[in-house]
Amino acid sequence: MNVTTLNGTRKLAHRVRTHALRMTSVGGGAHIGAVFSCADILAVLYGGILRVDPTAPKSPTRDRFVLSKGHAGAGLYAALAERGFFPVEQLLTHYQDGSDLSGHVSHKLPGVDVSTGSLGHGLPIAAGMAYSGKLKSAPYRVFCLLSDGECDEGSTWEAALFAAHHGLSNLVAIVDYNRIQGIAPIAEVIELAPFAEKWTAFGWAVREVDGHDHEALYTALAAAPFAVGKPSCLLARTVKGKGVSFMENSVLWHYRIPRGAEFDAALAELEAQS
Amino acid sequence: MRDAFIGALTELAPQHPELLLLTGDLGFKVLDQYIARFPCQFLNVGVAEQNMSGLAAGLALEGHTVFTYSIGSFPTLRCLEQIRNDICYHKANVKIVCIGGGMSYGAVGFSHHATEDLAILRALPHMLVLSPGDLWEAAEASRFLVEHRGPAYLRLDKSYAPPTNLPDEVFVPGRVRVVRQGQDVTLAATGGVLGEALRAAGTLASEGIEARVLSVHTIKPLDVETLCAAARETEGIVTIEEHAVSGGLGGAVAEALLEAGASPGFFLRMGLRDTFSSVVGSQQYLRKVYALDAPSIARTVSSRLGVATPALA
Repeated sequence: MNVTTLNGTRKLAHRVRTHALRMTSVGGGAHIGAVFSCADILAVLYGGILRVDPTAPKSPTRDRFVLSKGHAGAGLYAALAERGFFPVEQLLTHYQDGSDLSGHVSHKLPGVDVSTGSLGHGLPIAAGMAYSGKLKSAPYRVFCLLSDGECDEGSTWEAALFAAHHGLSNLVAIVDYNRIQGIAPIAEVIELAPFAEKWTAFGWAVREVDGHDHEALYTALAAAPFAVGKPSCLLARTVKGKGVSFMENSVLWHYRIPRGAEFDAALAELEAQS
Repeated sequence: MRDAFIGALTELAPQHPELLLLTGDLGFKVLDQYIARFPCQFLNVGVAEQNMSGLAAGLALEGHTVFTYSIGSFPTLRCLEQIRNDICYHKANVKIVCIGGGMSYGAVGFSHHATEDLAILRALPHMLVLSPGDLWEAAEASRFLVEHRGPAYLRLDKSYAPPTNLPDEVFVPGRVRVVRQGQDVTLAATGGVLGEALRAAGTLASEGIEARVLSVHTIKPLDVETLCAAARETEGIVTIEEHAVSGGLGGAVAEALLEAGASPGFFLRMGLRDTFSSVVGSQQYLRKVYALDAPSIARTVSSRLGVATPALA
């Protein structure tokens, strides 16, 4: 990863977080902690990895991206707007009456292929796209970003079995492994550990990475597929709420809306990091 | 009916290289010929209907015409949310095929019966719902679905009515077929139970009652015009389905007639009334138990019309 790209993705991550903070505060949307958790992953994808073109959002050769953790829609909208898929001004319509920007990601927006929101839906769809790519010998790759919580869903593992069986090496699953799900820590709800071993046992080539280290994320994602003839799984160890001290590792900020003094304090922390 | 479906697919697959048939590990022997001829247009996804439906959506978004295939409630209710969110919301070109419509699987048990599917699938936006009554309708509906773009549900029965089509008849999706003329009463049936309706009409004729028999092969969109005409021109309407009376054919016809201001002389829904098909037996036996066989239909209709039918008493 060259210095220019690295600076670019770091700036993009910062903008994604700032936009998302405003979007959720103004519109009254939840899930800011989940957006901050994956902001660096989204920034590295849209700043350096994905072969996408905002002037041709439906190009057949584009890399596909499925946000399976659809509740982080604000983060994806921000990344897409920053990449020029639609005007940045549109972001503040998030959650507003009559807007296209629903809280959970919507394919009404250019650059979004799949609407999600109910968990466990993204990986099967992404596997379908990848299988089609293999059938057609198409050059595109399919990236799917999952939450760790949605690995409770059986459908995620149905798709994991399928992708490995068919050797979908054009498929990359990235798991935002922040260890906090909807209303409690994973350790208290449904333990996923040993998580990497589970994916490996399902036939995936697995790597683990610090999900906030842009260089590490870039290096890992650029190396996909991690093994010949296997789908790749990147376990990105993250901190829910990353970037704002009082939101970090907090169950509260899965649903809490940043307003008033909390909004000001959060914005000040983000500004200080720019 | 499933052979008619596979036959249509086998016939059209060469002209549709984008066509893919997905099965949830069902279709032993039935699919062999298709698989042998089109190995690249077939995929057994295993016993995983949620994944099958999500995959189908992903494949369709990439330009494929996708058929998902399984028994009873497996390709529908098991993965209903994938159908709703992934297929219908994205208007993905996926056709869901249920073999074993109604109580086709008889003594196999209620788990393999599809008796709420029409009601539930009909509620989904963008979804077409087809339920053919004879082999010709099954083949024509299958051919139509290969060409049609968008979500659809095809319910196939093991049983089927004797051939009802005229020579050179053209199948019109969404258009009720009048398979028997009559002015006294209307029997509107969907699926293989159409055969029972036709036999009942024969019995009624011997009692002097001329029943009009409609094959409602398309539940959605519903042919309101033909149903309203039947409400006007005959004394009453009886809907007949191997399905719950709530929300299926009976529900759909009731909604349409009331909304259109059509007032049939009487209206009767024949089907399962808030019950599971828990009795053990063949499809024919179960039809008798649940009052969906020809004698039950004839008896119910003549009694409603106030005509004594000693032969049936």
